[in-house]
Amino acid sequence: MSFHPKMAYGATFHKSSRQLEDEGPVFVYTPENRARFDVIVQRYPPEQRRSAVLPALYLAQYQQGYITANAIRHVAELLGITRADVEDVVSYYTMFYTRPVGKFVINVCRTLSCAINGAERVTEELVGKLGIKPGETDASGTFTLMEVECLGACDRAPAVMVNDAWHECLTPENAAKLVDDLRARGEDALSGCHHVIEQKRAEG
Amino acid sequence: MAYEPVLTKYVREPNSFTLDFYLQHGGYEALKAALGKTPDDIIALVTAAGLRGRGGAGFPTGMKWKFVDKKVEPRYIVCNADESEPGTFKDHLLMERNPHLLIEGCAIGCYAIGAKVAYIYIRGEFFHVQTVLERAIDDAYARGYLGKNIFGSGFDCDVYVHRGAGAYEAGEETALLESLEGKRAQPRNKPPFPALVGVYGKPTAVNNVETLCNVPSIVTRGAEWYAGLGPEKNGGPKLYCVSGHVKRPGVFEASMNVTLRELINDYAGGVREGRTLKAVIPGGSSVPILMPDQLDTQASFDAIQKAGSLLGSAAIVVLDDTTCMVWLAENLLHFYRHESCGKCTPCREGTDWLHKILQRIERGEGQMKDLDLLASVSGNVAGKTLCAFGDAAVTPVLTTLKHFRHEYESHIKEGRCTLPAPWRAQHPVGAH
Repeated sequence: MSFHPKMAYGATFHKSSRQLEDEGPVFVYTPENRARFDVIVQRYPPEQRRSAVLPALYLAQYQQGYITANAIRHVAELLGITRADVEDVVSYYTMFYTRPVGKFVINVCRTLSCAINGAERVTEELVGKLGIKPGETDASGTFTLMEVECLGACDRAPAVMVNDAWHECLTPENAAKLVDDLRARGEDALSGCHHVIEQKRAEG
Repeated sequence: MAYEPVLTKYVREPNSFTLDFYLQHGGYEALKAALGKTPDDIIALVTAAGLRGRGGAGFPTGMKWKFVDKKVEPRYIVCNADESEPGTFKDHLLMERNPHLLIEGCAIGCYAIGAKVAYIYIRGEFFHVQTVLERAIDDAYARGYLGKNIFGSGFDCDVYVHRGAGAYEAGEETALLESLEGKRAQPRNKPPFPALVGVYGKPTAVNNVETLCNVPSIVTRGAEWYAGLGPEKNGGPKLYCVSGHVKRPGVFEASMNVTLRELINDYAGGVREGRTLKAVIPGGSSVPILMPDQLDTQASFDAIQKAGSLLGSAAIVVLDDTTCMVWLAENLLHFYRHESCGKCTPCREGTDWLHKILQRIERGEGQMKDLDLLASVSGNVAGKTLCAFGDAAVTPVLTTLKHFRHEYESHIKEGRCTLPAPWRAQHPVGAH
């Protein structure tokens, strides 16, 4: 008998809608990444290996493009923590992807300083050019479009981050061109951070 | 007397980030001088200088270091380089163009509180900054400015960079420590404060990048010089981030004698042609706005607080007459709703409710009773959370309601946004 008369015991059991990460292919670090991991883990006290979970996940993501259940298992085993501990972290931070993403992940900053300088229109142009909405990846797997919160480049608004590199002062008029340039020249098409630009200019 | 920059004097020079350049301009002399004094002398010096934390709260750094429990080993310095308050981009400049200043500040901080390790927690989006910083750290190790027995004094110091992965909440000091320990960036209950129970449960001083960068000049040039740079209790150099509707946005260094009007008009070139200034956010998105008649306020911690706002991270966002204030609140609440860490119910649920109410007013579907509802929900979030996020999140709502209630009312009466700016999308992507 159920405690609740309307809940037929055993018939309509509540099923969790929680989605686990893709199992993905078998995952182990490449020897290079394993060597990097071994250096990183030395930065923390020996009994605090868990501290290395963010750098360890970055290594996994750079190796495979996104985080899978197998990658989580590998990281958990190396750090001596549970898979749930690692999954807890993966699901919290926005920079870890649990689904495959495009070769170029275009993150458009949408927060105040960028927004009042035209970020909404930049996104609008990119949506038109790529034919996908924010959060989606195009059919060829080349581009993923995302809207993100403040990147900390408010003086060069609107700013976008493509993978780990920045592109600053992206006007709505230039947004479609950036997509073409990325296709043609890869990350070289990005302006980078203006401090780097000024540095290059100073060096001639 | 013209103000001579202290922190950013050389940032526009090529190679300003290299160790050789830094050494040619007096680099690591402060560390050498500091190691000749006792740790207590350094804390006394920083206290006498009146250095106040540059991350947002303006808490006296000397006092923070004094509170660190000296009976427990090991102790840690954790540098907060998460810099995620909307409108803030000053630490980015310091770390990328003057990384050795931060490293020297970390080392002196470690010496002062008796720590051997400093972690620099940098936000995930600053990958290019991490590269520069790690190279600078490697160079400092190679020449003996970090590592074992620095300057033959017997003092050991290690500095490591720890990269976050996209979480505004990691800028809150206890959430940052949780993140550094490999967990979700969610705040801890306080007290105990990090000075007693910090990272790994050990005494920890959490200091902002700009704060630590102030320390070397205090050691070399003295507390009196430092305090004399600005108004009383607001001494030293200060970095201001001016962005938004100005001609020349950027990072500007000044003493805290400077006024908001000077920063906006003289440093940042003023608002664009044909536009008038509508409002100013003086310290990042979490602080109340100031109106055009308050521009002559001195941009110091105390003067801005007296004017009804906060200096915060000195992120000055300038808004001109094209800005719809309902839209502004909606934009910022989208940010806070997204960034709420979810630990405290009032904040997690309240930011979502506020955002939904603002969205419907902005779309023209609001009712007059929604304005009371906004105030009521805000009142049930502020002060009812573990960290200051709750108070920060409701500020854009309360401050726009206070100064621009008529804009909310006209949205509701006319059933549409009454100030659709030219820089907004015709058909905003409604994916949220």
